Amino acid sequence: MATTAKIGVKDQDFLASLRDFFRSILQLEDISGVLAPKKLPMKNIVMPTLVTDPENLEGIDPLAPCFPLNAAKVVSRLTRKPMGGKVAVVLRPCETRAFIELVKLKQGSMEEIVLVGLDCLGAYKNTDYFRFAKENVTESTYRFCKSVLSGNGGRIEDIDLSPACKACEFPIPDNTDFLIGLFGVDTNDHLLIQSKTTAGDDIISRLDLPEMEEPPDRQEAVASLIAEHTAFRDNMFAETREAVDSLEKMTTYLANCVNCYNCRVACPVCYCKECVFVTDVFNHDPSQYLRWADRKGSIKIPTDTVFYHITRLAHMSTACVGCGQCSNACPNDIPVMELIRTVAQHTQKAFDYEAGRSLEEDPPLSVFREDEFDDVVGISAVIA
Amino acid sequence: MEDFEPVIIAFVCNWCTYTAADLAGTSRLIYPQNVRLIRVMCTGMVDPQYIIKAFLEGADGILVSGCHPGDCHYINGNYKARRRIKLLKEILPQFGFEPERLRLTWIGASDGIIFAEIMRDLAAQMKALGPNEAKLKMVI
Repeated sequence: MATTAKIGVKDQDFLASLRDFFRSILQLEDISGVLAPKKLPMKNIVMPTLVTDPENLEGIDPLAPCFPLNAAKVVSRLTRKPMGGKVAVVLRPCETRAFIELVKLKQGSMEEIVLVGLDCLGAYKNTDYFRFAKENVTESTYRFCKSVLSGNGGRIEDIDLSPACKACEFPIPDNTDFLIGLFGVDTNDHLLIQSKTTAGDDIISRLDLPEMEEPPDRQEAVASLIAEHTAFRDNMFAETREAVDSLEKMTTYLANCVNCYNCRVACPVCYCKECVFVTDVFNHDPSQYLRWADRKGSIKIPTDTVFYHITRLAHMSTACVGCGQCSNACPNDIPVMELIRTVAQHTQKAFDYEAGRSLEEDPPLSVFREDEFDDVVGISAVIA
Repeated sequence: MEDFEPVIIAFVCNWCTYTAADLAGTSRLIYPQNVRLIRVMCTGMVDPQYIIKAFLEGADGILVSGCHPGDCHYINGNYKARRRIKLLKEILPQFGFEPERLRLTWIGASDGIIFAEIMRDLAAQMKALGPNEAKLKMVI
């Protein structure tokens, strides 16, 4: 059963404790590497980094409000074939959930990884992060963590958490082997560590950490955070629904789109090697453009913008984990995450599915039952 | 509006509904000319993008029609189609498409009379519904 233990913190330096903790994990004989966000030596940015030499753990920074990409894609690359060693993978909750979707879509495997989750404090948009971190990544991470953990929220000066993080109802990792808890924990003294699987249990027992009770305030702190996020999310749903409720409004919503497909590239669960939208299918015959323009008097080029976005909603919204990388990648600031989450809420509910919730639930469009959805069949049925 | 003639795109499976359409034709049954049939091998191959594209190009109604449950030539393609229609019925109304514009039916190979009846009903319904917004606006 779940073991709860603590990682001691010296001089209020919880980042140093995390580094020491990952060092002790890397020194276990069956762990070959640690994949975690780490400050790059050449620049002030934090990127997923695979570390095999404990000496190189300096700069590991899993709490930086930096989310350059959804690391589920990185883990999928590491696990699509046997790696030949076990790696401890440190992921945000949305990354873990995206990875679960990828495993179900046969794009990765849980076999050789130990999943480590930290309570997620959220992140800034990439461009905001550069302004925030300036010259000193580590110092900025402390500043961020102190603000969030002291209850002052993620907004520091004019820089605020990304909308995806503010609308996230899963700040606490689930489906990991163990989690490192921060909310409701006296982080100046210790961090909470809780095993969730027997593999996690085994590692915690081998690290010989002092056991503790879960702090009584934790559940409440987590519940109030989730309530705040859920309220933000519901407001976002209402606003987005209103902003796209006719085709004309939808066209306005997407008017800045230049069909760069960055949102698809950044999406952790969009896994096709070759997306239909970059194939010759959309390399229309030149005379086709004239015909289209003729029909309506004028036509915006590139064409197929609304088509692309609605198709992506049909293909991927059931797998959307709401990480917000689509919005992060958009060069023209289209609120893509808001759109896909608003629709995903309906599509996932229709199939009683929640992306990333469980490895056991099949992706809705990969299965069927003989007796279901009779309400959509026939021509007299009117479905509101 | 009086002379509005809806355009209806029907994706029909080779084994059942297309055969029914063929039977309707050889039996000299009359059904409206608003329906454009697109023969596919199975409704299970109708990707949501075909339906979305047709709507955005201005189709007033779309019908996907295949074999009755249990009769699919490829065993279960029609069940997959049903899930996709369910999915689209969750998505398209969010952008102002009336859900009635998208229909799924099962019409067996011997149902020529039923095929003609359904086409007549569908054309009347779409005519009553009026033109699809996408046809009137610059939607791209």
